[in-house]
Amino acid sequence: MKMTPTLLCTAALIALAGCAKKPPAKLPPAPQQTTTAPETTTTTTTETRGPTPGSRADFLAQAGSDTVHFATDSSDLDSEATATLTKQAAWLQKFPNIRVTIEGHCDERGTREYNLALGDRRANSAKNFLINNGIAASRISVISYGKERPVATGSDEESWAQNRRAVTVVPQ
Amino acid sequence: MKIWHLLASIGLALLPGAAVAQDAAPQGPGPAPGAGPVAGQRLTVDITGGISQPMPIAIPVMPTPSALNTPAGSTDALGAQVSEVITNDLKNSGLFSPLPKGQLKPVSFPQVSAPDYPAWLPTGAQALVQGFVQANGDGTLTVGCYLYDVFAKSEMVRQGFVVKPADWRRGAHKCADIVYSRLTGEGPYFDSQVIYVSETGPKRNRTKRLAIMDQDGANHRFITNGQSLVLTPRFAPSRQTVVFMSFENDQPRVYVYDVGSGRKRLVVDRPYTTFAPRFSPDGRSILFSMIVNGNCDIYRVSASGGTPVRLTASPGIDTGGSYSPDGSKIVFESDRSGTQQLYVMNADGSGQHRISFGGGRFATPVWSPRGDLIAYTHLGGGFSVGVMGIDGSGAKDLTHGWQDEGPTWSPNGRVLMFFRTGKGSGKADLYSVDLTGVNERPIPTPLDGSDPAWGPLLP
Repeated sequence: MKMTPTLLCTAALIALAGCAKKPPAKLPPAPQQTTTAPETTTTTTTETRGPTPGSRADFLAQAGSDTVHFATDSSDLDSEATATLTKQAAWLQKFPNIRVTIEGHCDERGTREYNLALGDRRANSAKNFLINNGIAASRISVISYGKERPVATGSDEESWAQNRRAVTVVPQ
Repeated sequence: MKIWHLLASIGLALLPGAAVAQDAAPQGPGPAPGAGPVAGQRLTVDITGGISQPMPIAIPVMPTPSALNTPAGSTDALGAQVSEVITNDLKNSGLFSPLPKGQLKPVSFPQVSAPDYPAWLPTGAQALVQGFVQANGDGTLTVGCYLYDVFAKSEMVRQGFVVKPADWRRGAHKCADIVYSRLTGEGPYFDSQVIYVSETGPKRNRTKRLAIMDQDGANHRFITNGQSLVLTPRFAPSRQTVVFMSFENDQPRVYVYDVGSGRKRLVVDRPYTTFAPRFSPDGRSILFSMIVNGNCDIYRVSASGGTPVRLTASPGIDTGGSYSPDGSKIVFESDRSGTQQLYVMNADGSGQHRISFGGGRFATPVWSPRGDLIAYTHLGGGFSVGVMGIDGSGAKDLTHGWQDEGPTWSPNGRVLMFFRTGKGSGKADLYSVDLTGVNERPIPTPLDGSDPAWGPLLP
């Protein structure tokens, strides 16, 4: 009767020892698994490290551009502009809770007050295109900066072309 | 408020000191009559001639009956400063050629009302401006101002101005104004202020602040801190309030600003962009542009608020309204024909008709306070500032910069101030030009400047 507990104990000790011995034998493979694991997580993070869906970066990536350009003293959308706005509309369809502001801008070759109105016209051209492509008007606000906020600072054709624009601003 | 009431003009029967009072007494109180029709007819400046030579004029240092210290400095020093301000005003008008300091003779206090004509004759000066600066017992200053015809040896006009010491420059401007008016027959304009947009920072993101200064650039002070983009300030006729446009909270709107209290108020509380504000001549209404669903039209609203009245309804851009001085008509710009052109309508919006037909585009029309001309920006190649008749006739560009824009009239309707933007840099500066287009000059400002608006003549 007295022996039984000791035997049980030794048996348990042996069992424990046996268990303790086994993991070291299986250790080498474990590191291999952990080295491959980071590789798989890196590939998954590069996928998630891309723009968060619905973010401004995502919008830029998916729509290609937040900006459309205009001819001198014009608010007409050319084919390049409508292609960009079509992609913007498709993105906005995917994220129906996102509201945007369209900024209208002009080059420096117009008078200050007229350019405020012209910039507004440009922003509205872009807005109306998005509305016609299924985006609710209530999701789009417009603001004109006229010639107050150029992106290109030269006084030349190239700079003026860059500054005649409507920019769809998605929250960060 | 007080500031504007501190300046009083007095007949120079109030001439100080017994010695001078003897000379002045015969003139009697009230506005002193001119020296007589003969001298007045002979000595005049033709301001529309354009080619006429500036009139040689002598403006010696003004003596003081007794040198006393005031908060603005000693009356001795002030006498020299006052004559310098007068000299600059008259010189900057382009119509006068003040004698250089070296040719000026010292004037004693008794000589102020008894000029030494023989001494001035050889200098070639046709007109002579003398005066004095005196500290009064009540803490005010008196600036005495006398204009003489050197060849006719006669007095043309005299007037005295009582000012707070801090307002000594206004006494000088008032003196320059009576000299200018007496010799040109035109209204005065030197004692006036300008509100404008002070600019600094990179071209992509200029910081813009409202600032007020005297017409000659003195007494400059900022009104806004530059946190919000501000544009196109314009004085009310009373000069107590200013209307302007601000992008505060990313909402481009027209505001009224009270110069005295520093408070500002939204003019039209609607979810639309409002801009291009301007007061009516009686100060009761504000003309402005509002963009509703992409269409820009001109509206009128009571200066105290209320429901706006729509005055234009074209699908084009209608903006830049400015009242005729009698308030019966409005000149504005519209691209309803395809490009920006000038139009006139009745104050209720009826009778709209185009008045500009020259080559290029015409913009930013402003009706002259005299009612005879409309100033504009002409776009064709570069931007020029010019004037045309109220029916569009006789359009004449007065400047030729890379970008000269946004003219504003002097209170007498003979001078325009505008802003000139540099090619490439985008830096803007204030300039003035007279109606001949000959006398163009920069207006000094601490930083860059745009959107000037000339206020009315101070009382």
